[in-house]
Amino acid sequence: MSEGEIKGKVLPISKPCVGVAGKTGSWRVMRPVYDDSKCIKCRLCWLYCPENAIDLSEGGGPFIKIDYDYCKGCGICASVCPKNAITMVPEG
Amino acid sequence: MVVKPLTGNYAAAYAAKLSRVKVVAAYPITPQTTIVEKLAQFIEDGEMDAKMIRVESEHSALAAAYGAASGGVRAFTATSSQGLLYMHEMVWWVAGSRIPLVMAIVTRTLGPPWNIWTDHSDIMDQRDSGWLIMMAEHNQEVLDETIKMFKITEDPRVFLPGIVGLDAFILSHTTEPVDIPDQELVDTFLPPRRQPYVFKPGDSLLMGNVPRNLKENMRMREDIHNSLEAAKKVIEEVDEEWGKLTGRRYGGLIECYRCEDASHFIVGMGAWVGDMREAVDSLRTNGIKVGLIKVRYVRPFPREDILKWVVNAKSVIVFDRSVSAGSAGPLFLDVAAHLMAAGIRVPVKNILAGITGLDVTYEDIADAVLKSVAEVEETGKFSRFIEWYYGR
Repeated sequence: MSEGEIKGKVLPISKPCVGVAGKTGSWRVMRPVYDDSKCIKCRLCWLYCPENAIDLSEGGGPFIKIDYDYCKGCGICASVCPKNAITMVPEG
Repeated sequence: MVVKPLTGNYAAAYAAKLSRVKVVAAYPITPQTTIVEKLAQFIEDGEMDAKMIRVESEHSALAAAYGAASGGVRAFTATSSQGLLYMHEMVWWVAGSRIPLVMAIVTRTLGPPWNIWTDHSDIMDQRDSGWLIMMAEHNQEVLDETIKMFKITEDPRVFLPGIVGLDAFILSHTTEPVDIPDQELVDTFLPPRRQPYVFKPGDSLLMGNVPRNLKENMRMREDIHNSLEAAKKVIEEVDEEWGKLTGRRYGGLIECYRCEDASHFIVGMGAWVGDMREAVDSLRTNGIKVGLIKVRYVRPFPREDILKWVVNAKSVIVFDRSVSAGSAGPLFLDVAAHLMAAGIRVPVKNILAGITGLDVTYEDIADAVLKSVAEVEETGKFSRFIEWYYGR
């Protein structure tokens, strides 16, 4: 939903939804790369990601999945990872 | 109804209590401090059902009050001078989000050097933010207008925050008899809280997200402007309604004194309007037909009201207690621009006085006006449009 008009006023409000500001992954200059073999499933990256761009996979396969459509490459996940299972590499 | 001796600051506090404010957030600064001290006392004594949030800065004070107001309750804060400037970023956020909120500003000049006396530099610095801005002449007006401001700002035609300004010490710390209305009267007058949207758990809403369409963003700014224009009617309606309930009508956006047969007009706002009344009386005794236009609301600006009075005037003398350095006083700039835009060719002059709190007496005002009127009567114009007046 775009900006709202309520009771005749033009308001800076909207309903939260995925990608309301477009695919912000294009802003990224550094890309987090995940190594599942080092991961201890502590979930810190998932907890700290300010963009909600990390999903957990409890049912097997790589434990985390990074949504590169919306990850801005801030590097917080790599910074909080106690096992260096996430490294930041320059975008191609 | 009970008449009590109250300072301007206590009048503001009583008004917030009578308006059933639920959240007060504030940080102390001279000369505002006794407003929130009094409110803290009301809350502590159980006379007021509200939460006092003590914060670490004025920026946080307005942010906290704004958060509470966004959540659906009446909120109030007060500040002055440097504190107001520290708050300035949030001043824009509150107006931009269209959340009604009332704030008292005890006007105090800005540093450097450190100085606690009154001028209007701090309040006029908020001029373009989208808030309604009024200046009171006396403590009764502080109390009345603070209560009325809740009704005006929460009107669906307005939905903007509002500032009630009172001059440091001249009002804030000076005791005058003030008629305090009964709680029942204020409850009848003030409807339940209204606002364009409310943040509540389970109903997700985003405010202030990056706009996808800048035309929409510009329309938001135009809508604030249009709502301020619409507020003019609301201010007059509320003034009339309050007048019926209390017997105190102020006249909407402006109040006139001895304007009916006036040839020359003084324009001013704030506490020194009381001195201007004395000056007008004194000049009239000397046969000079002067009228006084007291600007109550500077935003929205009372363009139509002022033009109506001065259309056939011989001169207009605008007193400013602050200056937009490099141009002129802000009241003068508004008056001169709207005269010009309306095609009214009246000699208009700006007297800058009382800046940094320099004392101005009614004799000073009469003196400055007398000399200006003498010049325009003799030559038909003012030789300079701006005068820095330091006293006799």
